[in-house]
Amino acid sequence: MSEAAAHGDDHGHGDHDHLPFLAHHFDDPEQQYDSGKLGMWLFLVTEILFFSGMFCAYALYRSIHPEVWTFASQYLNATLGAINTGVLLFSSLTMAWGVRCAQLRQRTGLVVCLAMTLGCASMFLGVKAIEYTHKWELGLLPAGSYESQYLHTSIHHGISDWLYVLSAVPALCVVGFTVWYGYCLSKGQKENSEVAGSLLVTALCYFAGVGLGIFLESGGDHGGDHGGAHAAEHSTDHGDGHDDHGHAEDAHEHEGDPGHSEHGDDEKHSVLNPNANVVFVSTEVEETSVFKPGAASEKQVDQRGGAGLFFSIYYCMTGVHAIHILAGMGVLTWLLVRATRDHFNEQYFGPVDYVGLYWHIVDLIWIYLFPLLYLIK
Amino acid sequence: MSEIADLSALPREEREARENFLVNTKGFLSWALTLDHKRIGLMYLVGVMTAFFVAGMLALMIRLELMTPENTYLSNAQYNQVFTLHGAIMVFLFIIPSVPAALGNFLVPVMLGAKDVAFPRLNLSSFYLWICGAIFFLTAMLYTGLDTGWTFYTPYSTSTKGPVVAATMGVFILGFSSIFTGLNFIVTINTMRPPGMEWFKMPLFLWATYATSIIQVLATPVLGITVLLLAAERIMHIGIFDPEYNGDPVTYQHFFWFYSHPAVYIMILPGMGIISELMSVHCHKSIFGYRFIAYSSIAIALFGFLVWGHHMFTSGMADVTTIIFSALTFTVSIPSAIKVFNWLATMYKGTVQLNTVMCYALNFIFLFTIGGLTGLWLGALSTDRPLHDTYFVVAHFHYVMVGGTLVGFLGGVFHWWPKMTGKMFSELWGKVSCLLVFIGFNLTFLPQFVLGSRGMPRRYAQYVPEFQELHVTSSVGAFVLGFGLFVALGVFIHSLMRGKKAPPNPWGGATLEWQCTSPPPYYNFLTPPEVNDPYNYKPLVYRDGERGWEYIHPEAPEVPQAEPEPAKS
Repeated sequence: MSEAAAHGDDHGHGDHDHLPFLAHHFDDPEQQYDSGKLGMWLFLVTEILFFSGMFCAYALYRSIHPEVWTFASQYLNATLGAINTGVLLFSSLTMAWGVRCAQLRQRTGLVVCLAMTLGCASMFLGVKAIEYTHKWELGLLPAGSYESQYLHTSIHHGISDWLYVLSAVPALCVVGFTVWYGYCLSKGQKENSEVAGSLLVTALCYFAGVGLGIFLESGGDHGGDHGGAHAAEHSTDHGDGHDDHGHAEDAHEHEGDPGHSEHGDDEKHSVLNPNANVVFVSTEVEETSVFKPGAASEKQVDQRGGAGLFFSIYYCMTGVHAIHILAGMGVLTWLLVRATRDHFNEQYFGPVDYVGLYWHIVDLIWIYLFPLLYLIK
Repeated sequence: MSEIADLSALPREEREARENFLVNTKGFLSWALTLDHKRIGLMYLVGVMTAFFVAGMLALMIRLELMTPENTYLSNAQYNQVFTLHGAIMVFLFIIPSVPAALGNFLVPVMLGAKDVAFPRLNLSSFYLWICGAIFFLTAMLYTGLDTGWTFYTPYSTSTKGPVVAATMGVFILGFSSIFTGLNFIVTINTMRPPGMEWFKMPLFLWATYATSIIQVLATPVLGITVLLLAAERIMHIGIFDPEYNGDPVTYQHFFWFYSHPAVYIMILPGMGIISELMSVHCHKSIFGYRFIAYSSIAIALFGFLVWGHHMFTSGMADVTTIIFSALTFTVSIPSAIKVFNWLATMYKGTVQLNTVMCYALNFIFLFTIGGLTGLWLGALSTDRPLHDTYFVVAHFHYVMVGGTLVGFLGGVFHWWPKMTGKMFSELWGKVSCLLVFIGFNLTFLPQFVLGSRGMPRRYAQYVPEFQELHVTSSVGAFVLGFGLFVALGVFIHSLMRGKKAPPNPWGGATLEWQCTSPPPYYNFLTPPEVNDPYNYKPLVYRDGERGWEYIHPEAPEVPQAEPEPAKS
């Protein structure tokens, strides 16, 4: 170990004075950056494989039961899905811009970009919260709890109670971050106030997403838009003004285009059958149902082993994706704190770059989820 | 940690004593929060050994129960829980992390002449994930008893009352521990090789570790999502694996074996890497067919992803599918055979030292070959039909997992023990332990091949009386095997207490880990050491028991070089 003396200075803290974030076991910043980048790419590989199990399940069950997928996907609101796609794409832009800012040591630009990325993530979750709670109200649940739509009798009042539950944490965040922001301003803590302000905006973005979701999810009621993929969603709101006495009892037989039926509670049934050709018959007269030859009946797919399975896969895929969004928001917040402390510069921008890669993969997975789930028909 | 204290003023002996990674800092927290890969490796070693002890005791419980055809002291339900616990602990807590996480953690950076792995914090977190997963797993299984078998097959796992969700969450956490270890090694080997160490100048243990890491990174996430879906199936009845909701239990088997067959190679590849090192060093002869061994490791890793269906020949797959899987299965035997023949060729005309380490290595080759060849019976469709789910399968995978991985692991621990602890061990008792393991192992599992081929099914506490003789033989063998392992444990403990001080290079190895002191200083190497052919033994000269082997530079005069002057900064 005679080299100890000879090289002690090179690898002692000599380097570390210049490069505060160079770990002791790396020779130079380049090696550290390359290692981190390779590590992140490998992690992304594991992420893709993690999702691949669910994509396999999706492909398997869709290939066996294509009619279920056509039927069930109509309960998904493609407009909201498209908006979320746009929001995530935009967040990828701000993220990539943030990486560039870090590389150029533009501190303010980086903070703004990270805050915008966080805001988009939060807005995505707000829209997702609306979509989820709306479906829970309708009984569009995983297979074990799925409620067949022709039997589903509970009234949906537009805003689900579940939404209040889901929004509790963001609401607390708004209050907490407001207080913190005010405190930092009063104390003149510039760095902390930037963090608090960004997080406050992030929390508010959740409610912007929720507001947008509410408008689009229930706003269609009054617009009378019966076409399109989200007919299923808002048509249940037609039932609001009616008693729920007769959904199961009344035997209705609809022919032609049931979407334009004049009966209020028929609307609910009608949404099961946007295909005008297929006849839907409620429970009591099921024996007399008439089906288009070769087509699966609505009732065969509108059950736990049919649409229920679709929603199982829907919740698994989008749920795991949402968890990844949350994890991404965690690391973005960590970056935000470090960015306000001016940690990143031309030589050390690795963490921003790695989180950027992660963020893009989360975005990319959504790019696949959106058409695969929302745009089947 | 990041500062290397300048102790150059001290005499060499004292400096080495102070810089020794085992004692350079003291106290519980200096171990619990260490980022030093060597300490993490040792903590893993203690952890996996403990898990092995627990699971080994369960194995003896199983063998004790099977001494008689009727239930002896376990009910059928209890027997199910005991073999589930045995299998699950052995697989998830012992075999998978044994070589990569314990020995690999210690060796990978030292063999690379690096100071640490690429992500030391990730490394420590991987250890704590292992602890966390182990606790989760054990409490779940001890709480009410898990009786699904280690594979958690649906539909039984979705309907049994056992704590399946908690156990699968344990598996999920252990999976991430495994992924982080693999990811760390891939990055370390890719980016931290010293100048001059090209890919084909790496020690073969690193090749094997690299191949293992690839599998860990690519296969384990699939297990993660599989157990997550299984948990969701139990909690929310998502129906993907449940026929009641048009799901398919065989889908679970596909998902599970897509991970778990490659995982078999996570278990055996590092063992093969160890044997490649052991053979060459203890025959004092360059490894035969270096490139072929290196490529065969990668080939096994890749082929391993294509053969999962051979676990499911009787699960109801299409005939064409089974034929394809069967054919692919046979391709795995090619790289495996390449390795065995190369090890044998390495011994040819080598200076074979029949010491403890070499005995374990030979033991490995013999047992692994039997395990591998009997695999062909199971890979062939016609013979698999009658042998499926019999003791033949049990014997086959124990020959590979115990005769292969465990024996290889023990050989590796003996081989690197002087490096890890700085102490030599008793050769005589080491050899005795190896002999006992060999006899005990064969006595346990050879009769099981016979049992299986006569139709004794797996996982039953009761059997027809005709099988009793073979079962008793097997049980006696199991106790001999257990005794042999206790002797090995005794050798290690004796070495820690009374062992002679080990020289830096007791065996005459040419890889880089033998160039630093035993045990290594906490920083391993201050500067990347000079890289030579890892299997060229010509420049190594044996001095004596205290100094061991020393490296003589071919051009240098045969006198110790004077210590260079400290550089002036």
